Amino acid sequence: MRVRFWGTRGSLPVALTSTGVRRKLRSALTYALEAGVTDVDALLANLDRDADFAVTHTYGGHSACVELDTGAGEFIVCDLGSGARPLGNDLLQRAAAGRPRIVNVFLSHVHWDHIMGFPFFAPAYDPDWTIRIHGGHAELEHALRLQQSAPCFPVPFDRLAARIEFVRLEPGVPHMTNGIEVAIKKQRHSGDSYGYRFTRSGRRLVYTTDSEHRPEDAEEAAGFVEFFRGADLVVFDAMYSLLDAISVKEDWGHSSNIVAVELCQRAAVKHLCLFHHEPAYDDEQIEQVLRETVRFEELTRGEAARLMISSASDGLEIDV
Amino acid sequence: MPPSGEVSSSAIAPVGRIGAGLLPASRYADVVVVAPQDRLDHANGDAFSLALEPYLADCRPGGIHLVLDLSALRYVSSAGLRCFMLAAKQAKAQGGEVVIAGMQAVVREIFEISRFTLLFKVFDDVSAALEALSPRAAQVHRGR
Repeated sequence: MRVRFWGTRGSLPVALTSTGVRRKLRSALTYALEAGVTDVDALLANLDRDADFAVTHTYGGHSACVELDTGAGEFIVCDLGSGARPLGNDLLQRAAAGRPRIVNVFLSHVHWDHIMGFPFFAPAYDPDWTIRIHGGHAELEHALRLQQSAPCFPVPFDRLAARIEFVRLEPGVPHMTNGIEVAIKKQRHSGDSYGYRFTRSGRRLVYTTDSEHRPEDAEEAAGFVEFFRGADLVVFDAMYSLLDAISVKEDWGHSSNIVAVELCQRAAVKHLCLFHHEPAYDDEQIEQVLRETVRFEELTRGEAARLMISSASDGLEIDV
Repeated sequence: MPPSGEVSSSAIAPVGRIGAGLLPASRYADVVVVAPQDRLDHANGDAFSLALEPYLADCRPGGIHLVLDLSALRYVSSAGLRCFMLAAKQAKAQGGEVVIAGMQAVVREIFEISRFTLLFKVFDDVSAALEALSPRAAQVHRGR
């Protein structure tokens, strides 16, 4: 299974600013001058080898949208944030190569940043497509219709040409989609959110975003440890620092890199991917969080196996 | 045994057990120094907060300053950090202040990564904390 990130930003899409671009340019040009490299391809190769990701790339700014690609059969997508727009265009091309025109969407919840891409999701406008929207909430359809109601959007939901179905999932009741077993877990978030665990041929992905974890709630933590147990990859909402998450931003419904590592270490997870990045952070800040998280894992690993840690970026692919 | 505010040249040691460890506390004039031991996590966080409460209650103007001496603390989890956060919050609400002293390297890094260094004044050791908080306490500490 391949996990493909189309949107990784929390709460609100953001764009790389001119200031950010200039900073990257300055860093790259400084490197080139100091290294005396004049060949562009060689310079890019050297930069990729030596420079920070924040210099050579950007983490991107689309809100949450993550694809789980099995390489064949129906498509599987978690959340429909603004990243659903480029995803939709890509799906049209891949379907043209023979894949079934069926998308299975699993919504963590219906807050705006997780559904705002749907009105721009090209398959929704094609009568040959079927879009099945799964979730734990009763108001999935209501929310999607609401955001396309006047005066918020010019195209009403009923004008969408695709066949659109809604599937309510229950925690504790496994669900099968395209040969993948899907488990759902209720999470602490305003209006609730749901995490998903996808298991296929012994490989396991957990998608858990917009989930607040209270350090003092040992029972809740144990439940997540069990949900994460042995996962090959956990995509985790690490939007805030621990201090913010448990003080000024308590009840805002998000979590931290510290708790992410603690839970994943206890659950013997192999790979943690930090997700739902704070929109106020630039690329350098996100990279700093990654570096610090890697260090925190080193500090607290003990005798356990290493937990691999990465930070999600728009366009990133991870094989599970 | 909440401090009375009297000047004392003798340390008040140890005052209570936290889980399998101790919470030694020492008093220097108007400063109380408490020193959590070994680990602070979900297993002993509540006991730590309970043991800290008498000192916190007096951490206010006219009462005491409170120093968390972390020189004997090897590890602190998110649950343990939350105990520190709640202590700082209560002290601030009362007009008092809790400061940190003597962190080991690992705990200092955990504080930095979790951004808890933004919450507390951090001193290299207890002496430096006392110098900053109270000349009287620093004097008592030097002469102990």
